[in-house]
Amino acid sequence: MALLIGVPKEVYPGEKRVATVPEVVDKLIKQGFRVAVEAGAGEGAQIADDAYRAAGADVVADRSALWHSADIVFKVRAPDDEELALMRDGAMLVSFIWPAQNPQLMQKLAAKKATVLAMDSVPRISRAQKLDALSSMANIAGYRAVIEAAHEFGRFFTGSITAAGKVPPAKVFIIGAGVAGLAAIGAAVSLGAIVRANDTRPEVGDQVKSMGGEFVPVPYEEQGSGVGGYAKVMSEGFQKAQREVFAQQAKDVDIIITTALIPGKPAPKLISADMVRSMRQGSVIVDLAAEQGGNCELTVPGQVVVRDGVTIIGYTDLPSRLARQSSTLYATNLLRLTEDLVKTKSIEGDAIHIDMNDEVLRGTTVVDKGTVTWPPPPPKLSAAPAPAAVKPAAVAPPPKAHGAASGPMPPGKTAIIFGAGLAVFLVIGLFAPPSFLEHFTVFVLACFVGYMVVWNVKPALHTPLMSVTNAVSSIIAIGALVQIAPDLTRLSTDVARPGEWIRWLSVVALGLVAINMFGGFAVTQRMLQMFRK
Amino acid sequence: MLMTTSLLTVAYIGAAILFILCLGGLSSQETSRRGNRYGMIGMAIAVLATVTSAYVMPAGLPYILVAMAVGAAIGLYAARTVQMTQMPELVALMHSLVGLAAMLVGYANFIDPAASAQLTPAENTIHEIEMYVGVLIGAVTFSGSLIAFGKLSAKISGKPVLLPARHWINLVGLVVIIGFGYRFVTTHDFHDQLVAMIVMSAIALAFGVHMVMAIGGADMPVVVSMLNSYSGWAAAATGFMLSNDLLIVVGALVGSSGAILSYIMCTAMNRNFLSVIAGGFGTDSSKPATTGAVTPAGEVHPITAPETADLLRDAKSVIIVPGYGMAVAQAQHTVYEITTALRARGVNVRFGIHPVAGRMPGHMNVLLAEAKVPYDIVFEMDEINADFSGTDVAMVIGANDIVNPAAQEDPTSPIAGMPVLEVWKARTCVVMKRSMASGYAGIDNPLFYKDNTRMLFGDAKKMLDEVLVALKAG
Repeated sequence: MALLIGVPKEVYPGEKRVATVPEVVDKLIKQGFRVAVEAGAGEGAQIADDAYRAAGADVVADRSALWHSADIVFKVRAPDDEELALMRDGAMLVSFIWPAQNPQLMQKLAAKKATVLAMDSVPRISRAQKLDALSSMANIAGYRAVIEAAHEFGRFFTGSITAAGKVPPAKVFIIGAGVAGLAAIGAAVSLGAIVRANDTRPEVGDQVKSMGGEFVPVPYEEQGSGVGGYAKVMSEGFQKAQREVFAQQAKDVDIIITTALIPGKPAPKLISADMVRSMRQGSVIVDLAAEQGGNCELTVPGQVVVRDGVTIIGYTDLPSRLARQSSTLYATNLLRLTEDLVKTKSIEGDAIHIDMNDEVLRGTTVVDKGTVTWPPPPPKLSAAPAPAAVKPAAVAPPPKAHGAASGPMPPGKTAIIFGAGLAVFLVIGLFAPPSFLEHFTVFVLACFVGYMVVWNVKPALHTPLMSVTNAVSSIIAIGALVQIAPDLTRLSTDVARPGEWIRWLSVVALGLVAINMFGGFAVTQRMLQMFRK
Repeated sequence: MLMTTSLLTVAYIGAAILFILCLGGLSSQETSRRGNRYGMIGMAIAVLATVTSAYVMPAGLPYILVAMAVGAAIGLYAARTVQMTQMPELVALMHSLVGLAAMLVGYANFIDPAASAQLTPAENTIHEIEMYVGVLIGAVTFSGSLIAFGKLSAKISGKPVLLPARHWINLVGLVVIIGFGYRFVTTHDFHDQLVAMIVMSAIALAFGVHMVMAIGGADMPVVVSMLNSYSGWAAAATGFMLSNDLLIVVGALVGSSGAILSYIMCTAMNRNFLSVIAGGFGTDSSKPATTGAVTPAGEVHPITAPETADLLRDAKSVIIVPGYGMAVAQAQHTVYEITTALRARGVNVRFGIHPVAGRMPGHMNVLLAEAKVPYDIVFEMDEINADFSGTDVAMVIGANDIVNPAAQEDPTSPIAGMPVLEVWKARTCVVMKRSMASGYAGIDNPLFYKDNTRMLFGDAKKMLDEVLVALKAG
């Protein structure tokens, strides 16, 4: 009998998300699972029970039956006490857990001999990106933050000049350029706002720019990347410089979106009451860190408040406000997790036995058959390269623009080249007869002319150039021509000379060269005729 | 005799100038056709002036006419019928002809006692060195180009054939050549000289074969332009031998331009120029393709042709990066049709060409030109690399190493530091490939495992045809 995945309806007030969607149900069944969904589970995300049925899931009305029968439970929010009571001993649970904040929950899960995979504990390594539900949710939160801000903000985002007057573009300042911040930048830019962003990690500057935002650095030297690509707590001096930057921005911008979180710590207070006061009337602050206490001093988690004419949005359920989208992404993350579980034989037949040698599964598993396995050993690879690793890549020589003048050579090398040249010329000057030197002069000068002429050729014309130089090298025909029937009176005629041999060698050479001569020029012409604008 | 010696000299100067203008004209598309014409005129002047000068007796004219006519017929026929994808082979074959001709001219000069009869001993020594060197370069060019031709036309396997201790073999060969060269110059016995000459030729031919055999298919652009350079030096050496300034000038022009082209290629591949010229490409005698320290992990995301068409249709800007795979599949015409279809929809389509894409320098440009892709949407790597980040779809057609991010990201990679097209910076990157096999550098490509990369497996032509159909249907 295949393992049964149970998907109950979320019970947390206001939670609209659901842990699986019909498209994913189909794929889970193909992986060899059975799927049962609680009736009405998809309501909040506008997914009808029939859609689940059509995808092959059983729709179960009795929630305790669902919990009892499920071998694996997929959830979004961590289970509450009532749900825990329903849970079967030894079952497997996949959901957000936040083990650091919920030690009691961990104890209860352990007592149930459960195996728990926490989607918030997926290690941040590139292989695990596909099951990184935090990023999926942050992405949605960032987008939704801009939408909420636009909803509260009394003006257009995009600047325009209408018959009824000029509309200045909205200025948006985004603090924290993680996944949520970047998503917010992208959304705000596409609405037409002027977007600036700040982050303690300077290496994200390029990412900000790539999303169309402007990076506002803090003028203070400190590396802000912690382990695992997250930010860390900064020094006092840095924080002071940062506050100055934020105070300045607060006076200038219309909308501030804060996304600054430090793992396992309350959110840093970055926007003071004074800064809020300095903002223009009608400005909006969206605090994505509200659940962890908020980045703004005046944030009230879960609510929208107006302080000094500034609307401060402290919603903690932004992903849930885009329930359909977030359910789909979350369900897909879970699907990738089951793929990994099957691939690593953590789930084989009816047995569940998590492969703790797999770095991703090791990090994600917080309770293994009743044993608390959290926290995992620190991840080996950081999403941001360690400072030492940056160096060698940066040292790689920059691609030299072809055709551009190359920089001056190091003096030592120049000296060696000139020295060698001098020596060669000295030897030639000492020993070579004058007749040779004449030719040698011509030769050296011609080499330089060739260098000058060809150096600036466009790479697109390399093939025609090569074919034409090939044709031009047919000039060797002259060498053959002068030997076919030389004027013997001009030479010393008294020596015996194998005239026939010489002639035939030359005739063959001439014939070969003629192929090259005519063929080369003709094919070059044919090629060049193809180039057109 | 129409031409006096002075007239001949003047004609030669004129021809030399025309050749310089010819090469100079080839530096941009606008002047290139005129440049080629200058070359033809220069060649005509040089040949006619020589034929009508005192160096050629009327008795030789029939031979000359017949040889030229036969050669011209073959050459023109080949030029007309060659496929553009076969250009590298043709050029390599033609280089071998120049090399062989240089050898023959050298031998003819060598067996002609009249050629050196009036020289002083010092001049005679130099003349003998010139002959020796001329035949040497000619022989290397000849056999090397023949092997290059074989490799390019897939008559010989493209894999590098690396003999054990091959650098020692080369060194011993060189020592023997120099030894016999010394004997050739010092002895006055014709028979001894002939032996030296023949032994040297044999070694030189073997050296040419050995040198090019050791080079892998991806390095062919460098080899072709290097052989081009060699054929120029062969002509220059012949010029010294015959005391003919025009030959020296033109040989040097071709030689140095070929050398510079090779140098440009080497920079583009981040290889050492000197080790290329010496042959063997500075790779250790161990296997040339060591796997990088970091094996890319992750999984590939396949995509179908209709999905690719959707991606392209929804894009605002597309950059197409063609590689040798496009040439092999003869897909350039389909690429052009897709380009036209997309441009008609207002998509900004551009082409990004890596300097060493294909099997000879500029190979891709010629193919795209053949397919009538306008050259002002075809860009060099340096021109377009910064634009990938603002591009919706980068489409890689049959290219591998030239788009390998390991060159930038993995300092231990064998291709570390080689400039590459940064296709992975585009929002989506579609890679068309026959399989997951690695490129000529023999290293895995982390690009295939990136999250924004989609792999379209199959023959480039067939897949592109399907994309085109889907594109037109939608």
